[in-house]
Amino acid sequence: MTTTVEQPSQTPEAQPQSNKPTPPGLRQRVSSFLVSHIRQSGMVVALAAIVLLFQVWTGGILLKPLNVTNIIQQNGYILVLAIGMVIVIISGHIDLSVGSIAGFIGAMSGVLMVRNDMPWLLGVAVCVGIGALIGAWQGFWIAYVGIPSFIVTLGGMLVFRGATQYLLEGQSIAPMPHGLEQVSSGFLPELGANAVYHWPTVILGAVVTVAAVVVQVRRRRSQIRYGQEVSSTAVFVAKCVAIIASLAAFTLLLASYRGVPIVGIILVVLTIVYAFVMRNTVLGRQVYAVGGNSAAARLSGVRNQRVTLLVFVNMGILAAVAGLLFAARLNSATPQAGLNFELEAIAAAFIGGASSSGGVGTVFGAIVGGLVLGVLNNGMSILGIGSDVQQVIKGLVLLAAVGFDVYNRRKGGR
Amino acid sequence: MTSTLLEMRGITKRFPGVTALSDVDLTVKAGAIHAICGENGAGKSTLMKILSGVYPHGDYDGEIRFDDQVCEFKGIRSSERAGIAIIHQELALVPYLSIAENVFLGNELSRRGVIGWDKTLIEAQALLDRVGLRESPQTRVADIGVGKQQLVEIAKALSKKVRLLILDEPTAALNDSDSRHLLDLIVDLRKQGITSIIISHKLNEVMQVADTITILRDGHTIETMTVNDELSEDRIVRGMVGRDLTHRFPPRPQRDIGEVAFAVSNWTVLHPIDQHRKVVDDVSLQVRAGEIVGIAGLMGAGRTELALSVFGRSYGKYVSGKVFKGEKEISTRTVSDAIRNGIAYATEDRKHLGLNLMDSIAESITLPSLRKISKRWVVNQHEESGVAERFRASMRIKASSVSAVTGKLSGGNQQKVVLSKWLFTDPDVLILDEPTRGIDVGAKYEIYTIINELAARGKAVLVISSELPELIGICDRIYALSQGQLTGEVAQADATQETLMRYMMKGRA
Repeated sequence: MTTTVEQPSQTPEAQPQSNKPTPPGLRQRVSSFLVSHIRQSGMVVALAAIVLLFQVWTGGILLKPLNVTNIIQQNGYILVLAIGMVIVIISGHIDLSVGSIAGFIGAMSGVLMVRNDMPWLLGVAVCVGIGALIGAWQGFWIAYVGIPSFIVTLGGMLVFRGATQYLLEGQSIAPMPHGLEQVSSGFLPELGANAVYHWPTVILGAVVTVAAVVVQVRRRRSQIRYGQEVSSTAVFVAKCVAIIASLAAFTLLLASYRGVPIVGIILVVLTIVYAFVMRNTVLGRQVYAVGGNSAAARLSGVRNQRVTLLVFVNMGILAAVAGLLFAARLNSATPQAGLNFELEAIAAAFIGGASSSGGVGTVFGAIVGGLVLGVLNNGMSILGIGSDVQQVIKGLVLLAAVGFDVYNRRKGGR
Repeated sequence: MTSTLLEMRGITKRFPGVTALSDVDLTVKAGAIHAICGENGAGKSTLMKILSGVYPHGDYDGEIRFDDQVCEFKGIRSSERAGIAIIHQELALVPYLSIAENVFLGNELSRRGVIGWDKTLIEAQALLDRVGLRESPQTRVADIGVGKQQLVEIAKALSKKVRLLILDEPTAALNDSDSRHLLDLIVDLRKQGITSIIISHKLNEVMQVADTITILRDGHTIETMTVNDELSEDRIVRGMVGRDLTHRFPPRPQRDIGEVAFAVSNWTVLHPIDQHRKVVDDVSLQVRAGEIVGIAGLMGAGRTELALSVFGRSYGKYVSGKVFKGEKEISTRTVSDAIRNGIAYATEDRKHLGLNLMDSIAESITLPSLRKISKRWVVNQHEESGVAERFRASMRIKASSVSAVTGKLSGGNQQKVVLSKWLFTDPDVLILDEPTRGIDVGAKYEIYTIINELAARGKAVLVISSELPELIGICDRIYALSQGQLTGEVAQADATQETLMRYMMKGRA
């Protein structure tokens, strides 16, 4: 075809905009940027809107430092699960057992650390190890035997719920060791006393802000070096200013109360690490490939079974972390711990733009999705809305978010 | 008596950003078989979707007159009511329902919502007789082959009292005898007064059955021709691509053919479910460096199965056989082993086995070789786009950027992405399975050129193809497979379609 067709713009599907004669103006560029990032930015905008709305409705309570700290601590374990869940969903599977596993690990931690006086750090390591084993067990049936993940993890949900009750004999174990309890309800330690702002938090915030800007600048530089298209300097500067402003505001907000909660640090670290793994590593790519088209991935030399197994091992580890965080937060191991966590985690992943057919989704999106749910929970509780109505609203939000997504995709395709 | 059945005037259809059809006219006479030809993306399918109401009235400009009535179809149902039925490229049957249930799906013979099974079965049988399908109407659709499923689709159209039947690439997935049966049926239906519009890339078939040919190019009607003895295939191709295509195959430079680079010996594979059936039976073959070797065979001869099984045992149950590169035996036990040993397999089924259609061009090209552009498991994304840009330029992949999603590319460009992906693994042996299936004429020529270049660089190339002229046009040597066994080997100089076909039809030894 190349010998005859001089204008490459004749391929209609490939270049939807190419037949516009003039180079696109700023408005077109901005709108095309928004369209291409709508799945990502749409949810961030929605989150901002929800925050704003509840900030007004609650008369400013929502964004009080105490309450922001609460939101982080209340949702930490769900967000940890959401990270693992979105990866499972990207790989084309689902995990219904994470709530039960979290509960089981919580019970395990009580049995080990409280009943048997195991040092709590060792206990944490053992619990995470057990989580990995449980993940490997389920992953084995899914990846190597080929039983649908829905079935395997539905079974796991029952098995580990029962095991939790068996371990605890229907009783709660409390209190948890002080060290573990601090992980969930503690803060970055204070330096000096009685300052207006919590200094370690301010310093940490400053470091993170600088790091974020440095990453942005370096990425842009290497993009230029490799001859890729970059946004104009003005847009880039505006983006950096926005990053600095929002991080600074958030830092000061937390610093004016008791500083950064430790859960918050764990979450940020996990989010950054997993986002990096999914975006930039061979393994992350292979997860997307297996979820997007497993047959094509296999014929490209991807070891699908191993990738699937690893995804579930990882889910088991994160479920264990979530179980520990929850036990620490309640300061007890209870038989009902983790009930319905899987549903919240799955909802967070889908609200954050994951696709139920696999191959699509981001860690960052899942976090945003989890925060949407968390802010809704918190805001509605402040307003005194009953849990019955809360559930109805959360269900409708899930439906609306995914519906919006499906609608967008249909418009985007043909 | 040749009155006009269908007249489409000034049809224009725009999608956001592109005009798919501009001012297209189409006139179909009653009782004719009217072919529509054009390259991929010329607008054939879009035109047929407008005619069948997939794009409802108001979505396009222009006028449709069917049987002297102006038609404003609101959907498929309203076009069906007028007597127009379309059979899509991808069949739309429910695999786990019976033939009879499928034929009357959406149109059940019922009284007050209760289905009359006796009547359904009797009428289904009558329809099956009409299309010449010898199967019980109670057979599940999943249990019959693609060729027969196609006939079920036609029976379904007939049940709706169709007067104009549209067939979109009806023989694309069929073997020769099924194709012939289908074409005979279309001619037969003409005698019963059913007009057909047929979209096809296979010009020889078009020439066999069509009365009239309309050529579309880039969304415009180019010309309408009557089929007669003077009309040649080359003439049609010229209309489609807008130039004389004197050479359908690129000239083959004198090549240095080296030592045996790749050999398979005594390869035997069993069917994955029916383990008494040898799908590949004791096959041995060799390819020299710089040589292009073809594998000819009818559907079910075991060509793809042989390739898949050699490439990481990806099909069936391996029984015996060895793979050699040069003198050395190599392992191809897993796909990664095969890739590591310099073997690449580009599949016949791009959409399901070749590409992740959600991935960008860059991600698709690098998937098998991610380690090459990574340091300690971290992918260097800048290097990745650099690699992809290089292939985009050298393979002439037409896309707005390397981050374009492969699912939105045309077939020819998708195939170039698949080839790029395998070239980036730096193979010595390339197995290309139906490398030009579903690709338009111009892009085929480009693919052939690429294959020639690969051989010129000393690669051993194995080409599997159902199109005999293609094999004869590009290969140095051709093996024929029949029922899993190697039945012949022909050098290019001696190869004719007749000799090959004779070997391909040979029974089991």
